[in-house]
Amino acid sequence: MELYITELSKYVINLLMALYAYESFAVFRYKEESRRNGIYTRQNLLMLFIHFSCFMVICFETGDMSYLFFYAFQQIVLFATAVLFHLVYPRANRLIINNMCMLLSIGFVMLTRLSYERAVKQFVIVAISIAAAMVIPFFIHKLNFLKSLTWVYAAVGIVALAIVLILGRYTYGSKISFSVAGVTFQPSEIVKIIFVFFLASALCETTSFLRVCLTAAVAGVHVIILVVSKDLGSALIFFTVYVLMVFVATNNFLYLLAGIGGGSAAAAVAYRLFGHVQVRVQAWRDPWSEIDAGGYQITQSLFAISSGGWFGLGLFGGTPQSIPFVEADFIFSAVAEELGILFAMCLILVCISCFMMFMDISVKLKDRFYQLIAFGLGVTYIFQVFLTIGGGSKFIPLTGVTLPLVSYGGSSVLTTLVMFAVVEGLYMVRKDEETEEQRTGKGRKGKRAVRRKAEGMGKTDGMEER
Amino acid sequence: MAWKKGKTDINRKNRKKNFPIVAVTYLFVAVFLAMMGYICQYAMSHRQEWMNNSYNGRQQMFSAQNARGTIYAGSGEVLAQTGTDSEGREIREYPYGNLFAHAVGYATHGRAGVEALGNYYLIQSNAPLSEKVSNEAAGTKHLGDDVYTTLDVRLQEVAYKAMGVYKGAIVVSEISTGKVLAMVSKPDFDPNEIETIWEELVEDKESGILLNRVTQGMYPPGSTFKIVTALEYIRENPDTYQNYSYSCNGSYSDGTDRINCYHGQSHGSEDFVKAFAKSCNAAFADIGVHLDRAAFQDTLDSLLFNKELPIQMIHNKSRIDLRQDSSNGEMMQVAIGQGTTGMSPIHLNMITNAVANKGSFMKPYILERVENSAGTVMKQFSPSSGPALMTEEEADSLRRLMQNVVEEGTASKLKGLSYTAAGKTGSAEYSNVKEESHAWFTGFAPAENPQISVTVIIEGAGSGGDYAVPIAKRIFDAYFEG
Repeated sequence: MELYITELSKYVINLLMALYAYESFAVFRYKEESRRNGIYTRQNLLMLFIHFSCFMVICFETGDMSYLFFYAFQQIVLFATAVLFHLVYPRANRLIINNMCMLLSIGFVMLTRLSYERAVKQFVIVAISIAAAMVIPFFIHKLNFLKSLTWVYAAVGIVALAIVLILGRYTYGSKISFSVAGVTFQPSEIVKIIFVFFLASALCETTSFLRVCLTAAVAGVHVIILVVSKDLGSALIFFTVYVLMVFVATNNFLYLLAGIGGGSAAAAVAYRLFGHVQVRVQAWRDPWSEIDAGGYQITQSLFAISSGGWFGLGLFGGTPQSIPFVEADFIFSAVAEELGILFAMCLILVCISCFMMFMDISVKLKDRFYQLIAFGLGVTYIFQVFLTIGGGSKFIPLTGVTLPLVSYGGSSVLTTLVMFAVVEGLYMVRKDEETEEQRTGKGRKGKRAVRRKAEGMGKTDGMEER
Repeated sequence: MAWKKGKTDINRKNRKKNFPIVAVTYLFVAVFLAMMGYICQYAMSHRQEWMNNSYNGRQQMFSAQNARGTIYAGSGEVLAQTGTDSEGREIREYPYGNLFAHAVGYATHGRAGVEALGNYYLIQSNAPLSEKVSNEAAGTKHLGDDVYTTLDVRLQEVAYKAMGVYKGAIVVSEISTGKVLAMVSKPDFDPNEIETIWEELVEDKESGILLNRVTQGMYPPGSTFKIVTALEYIRENPDTYQNYSYSCNGSYSDGTDRINCYHGQSHGSEDFVKAFAKSCNAAFADIGVHLDRAAFQDTLDSLLFNKELPIQMIHNKSRIDLRQDSSNGEMMQVAIGQGTTGMSPIHLNMITNAVANKGSFMKPYILERVENSAGTVMKQFSPSSGPALMTEEEADSLRRLMQNVVEEGTASKLKGLSYTAAGKTGSAEYSNVKEESHAWFTGFAPAENPQISVTVIIEGAGSGGDYAVPIAKRIFDAYFEG
């Protein structure tokens, strides 16, 4: 009986996830948030079913029904997040919140399957982080002096990274974390956000050549500290975010070309200078020839991705734990193995949906500072997704970063939750701008504004209008 | 309407300002779509290969869940199955013992033969869900999927017995499909005893018992290579090759290099057909010296020399050394299949099948289909065509030459039977002792409407006509006369 259910659930879970992914793009068809309510409700239901089905399989496979308690706690927190957030911020974007909860629930399911202990730890961190993140949109919305803290951001970022470099301990070859009173922090995660704030505030007023050079120097310091700490993934993220933000701020292709050129040159130098870069590249080009050494992780990851087929081996049906650091760096491969490649593809689509909403918000924001923040955070997010999934599937060399919201890792999940909350704050700023515009427009131009509004109806929110 | 103009201006300005954001968005979406396509394609197309990788722990996982499936011959005989020994432990049983040693292979201490080719299917179970449910209730393993092969027990037995105590290899294949009907390699072993004899087999570097000589053996092709030399000569002289004439006095010399006919026999005056039928070394050395090196290289390339063969089984690449500046002496050796040339029997069989099948061969295959424990077909392997090795006209010319080998030449032991046959013999010298040679035969029957082909090599037996042809005859007899 249980076997029938677990076998059937593979297909059901994949189908539900496909529907969810579809809905997360269907959102973009409607311009008004109010018209999307049906979609959001369906998403919440699908989320509930997927989460529940997965835990039912876990209970049947382990024969331990006590997992249901853990499930109940997760469900309460996730549901409360979706509902409360909507209540506290009625004008917030629900797609971002829904996708966030969806990704968190996939993470909980996979972590529970891989390591119950870690899943519980992650759950506690997520619950606290969400509570903390709840207030962020308010501050982003109300605090006006954020724009003027340019050099504070720069100083905080560099000091935080430098502290790790000096005081941090090596974990598996890179210095990325330090411990205080038994709690381990990974400052490079939260500095990602601070860095975006720095660039946005530095580039929102002026984009003179001098200003760009100045930011380049600060960004360079960030990147160099990270490279010296051997945290290549983060270094790459900071660099990419810098180049793309300068490109957007200046609207000048030359800066993009210069960035790409400089990046390539730096990569070539790093390749020659650092042994561990060469090892990574070699393991990417031909992991099979050194399958028991440098290529071990990536080949185990590929075995996992391919072994499940389209619908997966089912939770507890595979051996994803054979990949070293599967909970943090290779959670995507574990998802593909046990929940199926189709499910994994839908997971990627949900990530893309988040990114597109970030970009949509950015495009519509009038205030340059907020616009740059939305853009910068979106790129930070999607580039990290790209690095971890591309690295685990041998699309690009492995850099060892986490899949935001899904992977195990407190600093990572906290940072991503803050990031999402900041974007929600920006969404509210944009809504204010829109109301403001309409009001002043109406007062000044009277009839015209009404006509304009009528014309603009139904296309104020879409990606089409820029 | 001034405001309207104003609005479009603002829009344009906005669009320009936001262009980089939009561009970056599309760029990332495009990269992700490419990555998704890549992941699906890369992971799904390598599933089998990766599952068989010895570093993939999922094999152990599957064998803990499923009992390895059964391997069957084409007409349903069990070739390998999972049983239990007296102490209730799982063991692999091979009812035919040595007979299918290399073809079916073994599954402990690594894998070989069908056990390796079909491993992906054998370790997985697609048993019906209801059966799995009752297995779980009873606490027994699921039955792994079964693999049906193309092998024919009767032909395998005939070939196996015909080879007797000699070392060597025999492969029999169906020309229209590429099905491997029999595959014998000797010396052999009993796969039932692989556990106990493993150490001994591995340490014994001399005899190469574990080697499947059909696919991995590298033999000098000797006179069977004259099929290739003849093809090249026909290609260079499509209209005039019939006019070739040579007067053989038992040897051919060029400077200090000298080629003798087998046992120094003198063939007298001969044309191309006779030179081929009698396997005259002197005439072919003469042909070889006058061949265009570059064109010959192209022909050898197209015949898959020095290349991976399009087969799943573990095999060695046939090797031949021919350069633009090859000397006449080297060309004489190449033309008669001596010197440094090495070929696997399966490769020669593929070329033979191409001659019999209008210029292109069907890829040899040994896995016929996969069934689950309830007999539902999970996967059917279908015949597929390999690259065209020659034109239909060339194949037809060679077919007639090979037919003449039976009618007038060295394979006369196949003459006057209830079926007609065509082929080529070879007596390949492999050491400095002139009297010792490997006996080769490769050919097919019936000559006009070929159905099966047989390639035989008997190590150190003597001449192909005396030792290899009779073995091929017994196999043809068994196939056509029942």
